[in-house]
Amino acid sequence: MDLEYQLIIPEFVMAGLAVVIIAAALAFRNVDQKWFGYATAAALAVIAVVTAVAYWDTSDDFGGVLAVDHFTVLFRVFFLGIAFFTVIAAVQFAGDRLKNHAEFYGLIIFATLGMMLLAASRELLTAYLSLELLSFSFYILVGFNKLNPFSNEGSLKYMLLGAFSSALMLYGISLIYGVTGSTTYSAIGPDVVEGTRSIAGQLASFAGGSGGVDPDGARPGLLIGLVLITAGLGFKVSAVPFHQWTPDAYQGAPLPITAFLSAGGKAAAFAFFLRLFSEAFLPAAAEWVWFVGILAAVTMIVGNLMALQQTNFKRLMAYSSISQVGYLLVGIVALDAANITQSQDAASALVLHLIGYVTTNIAVFAAIIAFYNRTGRDDIVDLRGLAERQPFLAFAIAAALFSLAGMPLFAGFATKFIIFQAAFNNGFLWLGAIGVTASFVSLYYYLMVIKQMYLYEPEGSDRARFHVSRPLAGALVVLVAGVLFIGLYPTPLFDVIHSSTEGLFEQAAALSASVVGN
Amino acid sequence: MDAGEALLLLLLIPGAAMLLTILVPSRHANVVRWIALVATTATLIDSIWIFAVYDFAEGGYQFNLQYPWIENIGFLGENGISLHLAVDGIAAPMVLLNGLVGFAGVLVSWKITHRVKDFFILFMALFTGVYGVYIGQDLFFWFFAYELAVLPMYLLIVIWGSTNKEYGAMKLTMVLVGGSVLIFVGIFAVFAEAGAGTFDMAVLRDIEFDRGFANTFFPFFMIGCGVLAGLFPFHTWSPDGHVAAPTAVSMLHAGVLMKLGAFGIIRLGMEILPAGTDFWMPVLLVLGGVAAVYGAISAIHQTDLKFVIGYSSVSHMGFVLMGLGTMNNIGVNGAVLQMFSHGVMTALFFAMVGGLYDQAHTRDIRVFGGLVRKMPLFVIFFGIAGLTSLGLPGLSGFVAEFHIFVGTIDTFPLFAALGILSAALTAIYVLRLMGRAALGPFNPRWENLKELSRWEIAAAIVLIAPIIAMGVWPDPFIDRIAPTVAELPKIDQIGGLFTLSSLTGR
Repeated sequence: MDLEYQLIIPEFVMAGLAVVIIAAALAFRNVDQKWFGYATAAALAVIAVVTAVAYWDTSDDFGGVLAVDHFTVLFRVFFLGIAFFTVIAAVQFAGDRLKNHAEFYGLIIFATLGMMLLAASRELLTAYLSLELLSFSFYILVGFNKLNPFSNEGSLKYMLLGAFSSALMLYGISLIYGVTGSTTYSAIGPDVVEGTRSIAGQLASFAGGSGGVDPDGARPGLLIGLVLITAGLGFKVSAVPFHQWTPDAYQGAPLPITAFLSAGGKAAAFAFFLRLFSEAFLPAAAEWVWFVGILAAVTMIVGNLMALQQTNFKRLMAYSSISQVGYLLVGIVALDAANITQSQDAASALVLHLIGYVTTNIAVFAAIIAFYNRTGRDDIVDLRGLAERQPFLAFAIAAALFSLAGMPLFAGFATKFIIFQAAFNNGFLWLGAIGVTASFVSLYYYLMVIKQMYLYEPEGSDRARFHVSRPLAGALVVLVAGVLFIGLYPTPLFDVIHSSTEGLFEQAAALSASVVGN
Repeated sequence: MDAGEALLLLLLIPGAAMLLTILVPSRHANVVRWIALVATTATLIDSIWIFAVYDFAEGGYQFNLQYPWIENIGFLGENGISLHLAVDGIAAPMVLLNGLVGFAGVLVSWKITHRVKDFFILFMALFTGVYGVYIGQDLFFWFFAYELAVLPMYLLIVIWGSTNKEYGAMKLTMVLVGGSVLIFVGIFAVFAEAGAGTFDMAVLRDIEFDRGFANTFFPFFMIGCGVLAGLFPFHTWSPDGHVAAPTAVSMLHAGVLMKLGAFGIIRLGMEILPAGTDFWMPVLLVLGGVAAVYGAISAIHQTDLKFVIGYSSVSHMGFVLMGLGTMNNIGVNGAVLQMFSHGVMTALFFAMVGGLYDQAHTRDIRVFGGLVRKMPLFVIFFGIAGLTSLGLPGLSGFVAEFHIFVGTIDTFPLFAALGILSAALTAIYVLRLMGRAALGPFNPRWENLKELSRWEIAAAIVLIAPIIAMGVWPDPFIDRIAPTVAELPKIDQIGGLFTLSSLTGR
């Protein structure tokens, strides 16, 4: 087999970069630590640009293990972008409040590497290993502020529940392997078609009571495997009822890591989710669509209702991100085995919402980090009078929160519109209606934050206006502009996404053609 | 007429003013004010031009302009989402109304000194959104503009408002956005049912929706939009919101924003889902009638000037909904006339109350008396608004309400009686208000009150002109509205049109 190793150079470079950054800190002890941050950011930016330019029109499937296609490249650039903005936002924060900066940045790079591999994986064990690389980096990063008890608590909870969910997922993977005899998506897909047929056949024979024992009696294992994998993924993306670790981990983690976790961690898990469910499990959509649908509905409802009572901004954002997971799951529910065009629309809608959500969320966190750098406080009431003290930050937060609530002008409106439309088109009117209602509820708690910033005068001893460091302010401008751009004119982004999701459904299209042929 | 660029200007001018304002440093408050004034003057001229040039002999949608916005992606086909603008005979007066009220709103906001820049940025966003709703011909864009018109209200009330503003602002926002959730679901349902891959209303209007579908989703539009029009029993946000809002925002809000609701019922409900009107329009008529009487009775009991006007708005919007509910040409005609008439009248009301409140710092009717000695112009202007409100012939309110009552007598005589009763109740509270506060014995506490500022006088004149114009010569309005109303699906034709032209036999 002739493998084109040059196509995974970005991953190699990332691994090397992490080691180099950590080693450099040992070699240059006298250098101001912030330069490690800026060096990391610069390297990430260069890799992102090179990847986007040089790798877009390449593809290889590495024997069914890793795929380098448009989808992979899109997510590579996306993850590098997330890491870039996280590092930029983290530099001052890390300088003031953390030690061992180089390790901090090195772990961020490792986590990013895990995300990139996860999006590329087309084999269950590779995906699992990438997910663990990502998760282990995050376990350490969440507890990075090791003198802070909250940080330790969050890290411990996250790690224990993370390990638990990994075990669930592994068990699911082993069941799938047992049923289909393979772990590559390309081999699972066709087997799933037969599997569902035999499940349907069995149900029919139960109902009719006539048939004897089905020779494929082990096939229901497929369904259990699917449920277990979904549950494990549910933990990773923090879907209700697997969300309990989220608020504590978010609150305990250093702020830039909360941002990274809510953006990168979710995006990577959804890239995996999407690839797995569209390439391997799409033919069995009828089997899983109902429980993913319920998961989505419960996540939207509970996430939003819990968010209503939060007083800490990080916890609020934790619940808000849980509710966003619900909206994203709607995109999975809108996948339709019988209609490949509809499925691809749904997948593109999901990715578009994901990118819009991540851009918005990083904007919120970048602004909050700037605020925290100055005040060291992160309760919602601490934002009082921010519009007087730092109008730009207040504007950025308000714009981003309106976007999360799905208000027009901002990304959230356009992307939610498209993702709910996908659900409606697939006949899930009730799910779309819950989604719209849930985002209506979310407007209330976002408005409570905006009210604090705009309605009240500043309080406490520190009421002076303050400045935001230049790189951070620049990053914020870019992010807010991105939120506005996606909200007003999503077409170019959607076109790119649509061309990248095409590859996900080639296999399903071929399969359905063969089924029709039979 | 194919000068759609004029419509585009209605969005671009305030949009550009908003961007320009963002760039001006906040210490140059006067520059900000002048930008707003120039922009609203320009849009007013543009609005008048559009109203005048709209060719009523030809009728239908004119000034068509369509640019693709988001198309051929995913489920969207050709022209999936487009910037499609057009006005018909119903939208033309509404565009004019928005131009007038926005212009007057800037004039009375001249005295705002707290965070002037932010105020005008949000004001312009709201103003643009309202234009977008009146001229938008694409459901996505329409909803986008609708939300854009509603959203800035929250900040406008919370920052510059008075009297229980946190409560009023939150209530208003949540109720209105709650209504738009219904609209949103309705839009999705219509899009999916039509299966045309486009949000273009021009396409959707031509699709015949199944009766069951229309009956199911008509209330989504009727209630969703109706909430904004003060539909009983979802009207309670309106008085609270009005009282809390700053003057100019109350003006835009009662003058223009509440009309968006009634307008939405016409655009989304009556035009796109006509099959649902048979079942639901009587419900609308009943609810409108209840609101008319209930609003009037509530207004009688209020002591806060703004609450009086807030409830009178509920009552008058009840007339509009009644008129729409008749589903005959005269009633619907009257509803549209009433939308315009009530818009300018209530804007005038709020402008005057604002002028008084800024000096007196109270709006309690019981403490005023003999204001005519100190503020004669105020009393004259306020009186004109009051007389319009109770339907004095010669002013615009009479023309509009007359149409509505004639239309209602034809369908539901009982409710026509109810409507006329509430017009009588209006006379009670308006005349009592005038008698007590404006005339009556002079209260020496108000020795230091001064006459209205020249900005407020200018605003009042701008608003009174159309009231009188429509009262004595309603033809230009009816000529535009009547043919368009007659073309609406499922409209009963009763009698002739009540126009001067029909009387003189031209």
